[in-house]
Amino acid sequence: MKNKVITPQEAIKHIQSGNSLMVGGFLKCGTPQLVIQEILKSEIKDLTLIANDTCFVDSGRGLLVANKKLKKVIASHIGTNAETGRQMNEGTLEVELVPQGTLAERIHAGGAGLGGVLTPTGIGTLVEEGKKKVTIDGKDYLLEKPIFADVALIYGSKVDPLGNISFHGTTRNFNTMMAMAAKTVIVEAETYLEEPMNPDDVVISGIFIDYIIKKEG
Amino acid sequence: MELSKEEVRHLIAKRVAQEFKDGDVVTLGIGMPTLASNYIPKDIHVFLQSENGILGASGILPLETADKSITDAGGNYVSICEGGCFFDSLTSFSMIRGGHINTTVLGGLQVDEEGNLANWLVPRKIVPGMGGAMDLVVGAQKVIVMMEHTAKGAPKILKKCTLPLTAQHEVDMIITEKCVMEVRKDGLWLTEISQYSSIEDIKAHTEADFKIADQLKTF
Repeated sequence: MKNKVITPQEAIKHIQSGNSLMVGGFLKCGTPQLVIQEILKSEIKDLTLIANDTCFVDSGRGLLVANKKLKKVIASHIGTNAETGRQMNEGTLEVELVPQGTLAERIHAGGAGLGGVLTPTGIGTLVEEGKKKVTIDGKDYLLEKPIFADVALIYGSKVDPLGNISFHGTTRNFNTMMAMAAKTVIVEAETYLEEPMNPDDVVISGIFIDYIIKKEG
Repeated sequence: MELSKEEVRHLIAKRVAQEFKDGDVVTLGIGMPTLASNYIPKDIHVFLQSENGILGASGILPLETADKSITDAGGNYVSICEGGCFFDSLTSFSMIRGGHINTTVLGGLQVDEEGNLANWLVPRKIVPGMGGAMDLVVGAQKVIVMMEHTAKGAPKILKKCTLPLTAQHEVDMIITEKCVMEVRKDGLWLTEISQYSSIEDIKAHTEADFKIADQLKTF
């Protein structure tokens, strides 16, 4: 069986400048850190970050903004990281704001082989600009397209050697959708299990996971 | 009598909490709406849903004792009540968009006669993003906007919102420190008045037209 465990230094060999990069997490909760630290030390740039939010200026994926590693952000919320708004207003960072539920569904669609989703969210607002409106049984919906990334960095509370993941608390957030929606998926394990976990506990199957980063050691 | 900013917030929060019924699933927006959780009547049980993936969130815990893996949508550390559960963002927004949330309470910059809400964007000034607000307003069974009645003296309840909308025709109720208004098919109805306000005061600070209910209550 393939050994999926790699180091953060090895992980960034799978990330190129210009790539689209999904990062799981809701603010500071349930978000990978170690590979981001390696990206900061590297020459990698012009990434498109796809995440719920741009966290804080000094934390997690927020550091990618602060260190100017991004050309574009697709997120539902940027208000906790003043640097995102500053770079957007300055014209150096493109920002696409997406309603949170729509972002979750678009990423899910990308990973689930769907051509898009129809949602009532955003009808009659700026969000509908440039989008196709579809009427189903008399109700209007927006057609929102799937998102699929080059690389996804996700978080897992417990990860076994096959890449099976279980979660503790509110750490699931976008990690479960992103695990299916990128060419290369790298999970950062809070705790790495040496033996396969109980199948009842598996939330994300290891078949979606390419590489595992151990948080400790 | 002039209320302080803090007293105003608590007065509104206390009135908002009266809208919750036993067994309700409620999603509170970040900021002032969170205060309403302090005033949930003791004899009812309400499940607080937070968009980041928790049903049954407790009050905010101090940093030292908290489990750092359990937060609410504001990033505060919380714990989970008996019978609660955790889920991912896909499930969270299925609850929200799918109509499984009884009541959502959100802040507002502007609300108008048609139940339109603007609360996510002030062009060229505040661009935080909509987060989960657009989904919540579209999907929750009942949408309550809680806000101060005016902003620096200027009305926030308008004939027509001028800021970019969060959603169209979705607001059911507006609760301020001055009054409660319901959005009905035939427009706004004043249904309750704060003990610190009067019909004249409300008329003077509201741009929108509104009708006055027969049985006007006081809070």
